[in-house]
Amino acid sequence: MTESILPELPRREFLKAGGALIVGFAIAPTAFAQNPGQLTGANDGPAQPRADQLDTWIAIHADNTATIIHGHHELGQGISTTLLMIAAEELDMDMSQVQGMPLETGKSPNQGLTAASAGIARGGVRVRLAAADARQALLTLASTRLGAPVDRLTVSKGVVSVVGTPAKSVTYGELLGNKRFNVPFTGRAPIKDYRKHTIVGTRVPRRDVPAKAAGKYVYLQHVKVPGMLHGRIVRPRGQGSFLHGAKVMSVEASSISSIPGARVVRRGDFLGVVAPNEWDAVKAAQQLKVTWDMPAILPATPQALYDQMRAAKTVDRFVLDRGDCTAAFARAAYVASGRYDAPYQLHGPFAPNCAVADVTRDSALVYSSRQTIYGTRQVVCGVTGLPPEKVVVRFYETSPSYGRGCQEDCAMAAAVMSQEAGAPVRLQFMRWDEHGWDHYQQAHTADVKIGCDASGRIVAYEYHGWQHNFTSGDTTEIMIGTKKPGEGDGIRAQGPTLFNTGDQYTIANWRIVNHRVPGMNGYFKAAPLRSPMDIALSFAGEQTMDEVAFKASIDPYQFRRQNINGERWLGVLDAVARASRWSPRRASFISQTGRIRTGRGIALGTHLSSYGAAVAEIEVDTETGVVIAKRMFGSIDPGQVINPGVVEHQIESQMCVAASRMLKEEVTFSTTNVTSLDWGTYQPLRFGEAPDVTAVVVDRPNVPSSGAGEEALAAGAAAIANAFFDATGVRMHVFPLTPKRVLAALQTASA
Amino acid sequence: MATRLTVNQRTQDVEAAPDTPLLYVLINDLSLQGPRFGCGLAQCGACSVLVDGVETRSCVTPISRVEGKSITTLEGLPAWYAQQQKLAAVPELHPIQQAVIDEQALQCGYCYNGQMVKAAELLSKNQQPTDAAIRTAMNGHICRCGTYPRLMKAIKRAGLAMAGGAR
Repeated sequence: MTESILPELPRREFLKAGGALIVGFAIAPTAFAQNPGQLTGANDGPAQPRADQLDTWIAIHADNTATIIHGHHELGQGISTTLLMIAAEELDMDMSQVQGMPLETGKSPNQGLTAASAGIARGGVRVRLAAADARQALLTLASTRLGAPVDRLTVSKGVVSVVGTPAKSVTYGELLGNKRFNVPFTGRAPIKDYRKHTIVGTRVPRRDVPAKAAGKYVYLQHVKVPGMLHGRIVRPRGQGSFLHGAKVMSVEASSISSIPGARVVRRGDFLGVVAPNEWDAVKAAQQLKVTWDMPAILPATPQALYDQMRAAKTVDRFVLDRGDCTAAFARAAYVASGRYDAPYQLHGPFAPNCAVADVTRDSALVYSSRQTIYGTRQVVCGVTGLPPEKVVVRFYETSPSYGRGCQEDCAMAAAVMSQEAGAPVRLQFMRWDEHGWDHYQQAHTADVKIGCDASGRIVAYEYHGWQHNFTSGDTTEIMIGTKKPGEGDGIRAQGPTLFNTGDQYTIANWRIVNHRVPGMNGYFKAAPLRSPMDIALSFAGEQTMDEVAFKASIDPYQFRRQNINGERWLGVLDAVARASRWSPRRASFISQTGRIRTGRGIALGTHLSSYGAAVAEIEVDTETGVVIAKRMFGSIDPGQVINPGVVEHQIESQMCVAASRMLKEEVTFSTTNVTSLDWGTYQPLRFGEAPDVTAVVVDRPNVPSSGAGEEALAAGAAAIANAFFDATGVRMHVFPLTPKRVLAALQTASA
Repeated sequence: MATRLTVNQRTQDVEAAPDTPLLYVLINDLSLQGPRFGCGLAQCGACSVLVDGVETRSCVTPISRVEGKSITTLEGLPAWYAQQQKLAAVPELHPIQQAVIDEQALQCGYCYNGQMVKAAELLSKNQQPTDAAIRTAMNGHICRCGTYPRLMKAIKRAGLAMAGGAR
């Protein structure tokens, strides 16, 4: 969920007073929804299986079963089941005949990051093509064995037989059992017609669920190696300004001398403790006396942070500039505009990160949950100085961070500690390490303006967004001095995208401007969090859309419908309207009195591909300021659906996460450091606050799959914000909608 | 120094400092996989076990405080259930575990140790809890994947199974 699948945008550059301005010619957003489908993409780096060989991907066994060797990481999203479904379908085998393989560098193909909701969209394509190639190769062998041409052969459950002569048959296992294909992976074998699918599109139960429910699933946290020490990192409680990091002024090793076997490990500013006993390591990390240099240069309040971003000397870029917004606004019948602010938010995996590393003089074995084994190997090489062929990384699942959390940092830290301690180290981050040293989803502030004509047709849409980039360099490598803190660049310069700032609608005059803030000084470490930036973008854009509809006295669903951009957006919009029994009306706050106000909201949104929509029904307690999302309806059109049960679950959980991020989650800080360091100071959605959810999957089996892991989040969050206005008549311009903020907004409105 | 612990109906001596949180002993000395580290602050529920049938956060409970008490982890839930229900044989899974599978409720599943331990405690007292009762009982168990709606269904399903034997 972290990596952009956008191709580099064609750009021309020119200078504008006040800063560099780069104009981008937008590629039509729909082009990104298409599946690449090509074979290139997996890197043939050192010490990894060759992606262009079929044996890298599939092994056929004598017992007529197959192992599908893919490079995608199970994160609870069901990929270890759904990729097997695709393979079994294409091989004409039964689900009981296929299995996966644990991920390990040198053995698993390099499919890059399991991210950006692209496990199926990209990884699935490759598995499908490999399975089709394998089936073709097996049919060629069968043709010789059975003395019949390939086009006279049929396959069921891995048994090839001659059409009309079922007695003439041979199994895949008999044809190839335990031998290699020894053929290149061409990707050119015919793919099965989707209308003949019997596995894809069905609710196959997930493979990982029974062991997880039984308590028998081995998470990374369960991995032990002989002779290992327990490690804990020692850092200030909460990071400060990214550029300045944390410098060690003094360490008193004697402060832990009373703890048996505990010792300090240090390289540069990187500090940790190790001990044979885990509780001793925990105590030692808490007791170790360290003085840190942490300058007080952060903004004092969230408001000061957003103002600081707006006042910064930014690099500005037109993401899109179509038509003539200025002229169109001048003749618009109704115009809505406003400023919207979005906080830093935390990845905050439920399980703080863990890694086990055994680094010797000339080798390393690292167990990590980062969603790229090869990427992890690269950073372990970076901190240990070992070449890739001497480093093995094994993937084990843990709680996902839904983006680039601390997995990489934890793996590097474990490797450094093992190297320094001269023994295997199991490093477990504490809760405050994870909360305090995350790469956060960066804060965002926006000015949005939308105009429509007298009939409610959108005539202009203008979006200005300010934020800093994702940062580069992770904490351990910066502390030991092998990397310098930096910022992402190029297309990875994160900012407003087309997708949530207008692609949902037909807009003739459309301008999106990215004001890139220099983010090294006075800002935090940042990386993509599930549906990166999108919640901030839709909070601003979709609320302004509602506001202009309200000014035009048109129901927000009808307003969206009459301006919709194409059948796929329309499909998800209608899906949630139908599910929620939406009937057009004026905003409900007009007729409400009393302490508890109810409201409903609707919104459209996505990430980089697929199509999402949501309806939220909320309650606002006007005395306490507490907002509860009571009921939510979410929909995703991800193209071809591999497993509707898995996609439904993704939508349900995205509605909960949308409520969590819109109503509760916010990184807090002082002028020196982050102060939200546990679940009390960084509040997640709890069971008692969870909405009832109805999920609607829009399946388009003849369209390539485009991902379903995050595409309803932006819509869900904006639907809640819109429901708040419907309930109270007050627009919220900052999230999360915490009780304090809600009460202040209600009081300001009534004053 | 040795502390005598009864875990999943088995009594054994463990060598650990008396202030050691129970969680670290369950994981490292007894090699159990159910209870797991989540926050170390009793905020999330990853580490939950039953102590004499009461859901307890093992990450902040020193072993000295549970000596002589009956500790049940996720691994011991089926046997604990059989004992409570006076079943002739120990089932492979507690009904809540079966219901979690039937509803495909979990995603990463890491928090489900605590979710299932807490739900088992709730269902032992109330086999047909209302939505409100479930929300109240489960409110201290965080799920970051956002599986609360399905967990709600699973808890009700387990309750029905326990009450009627039907699913």
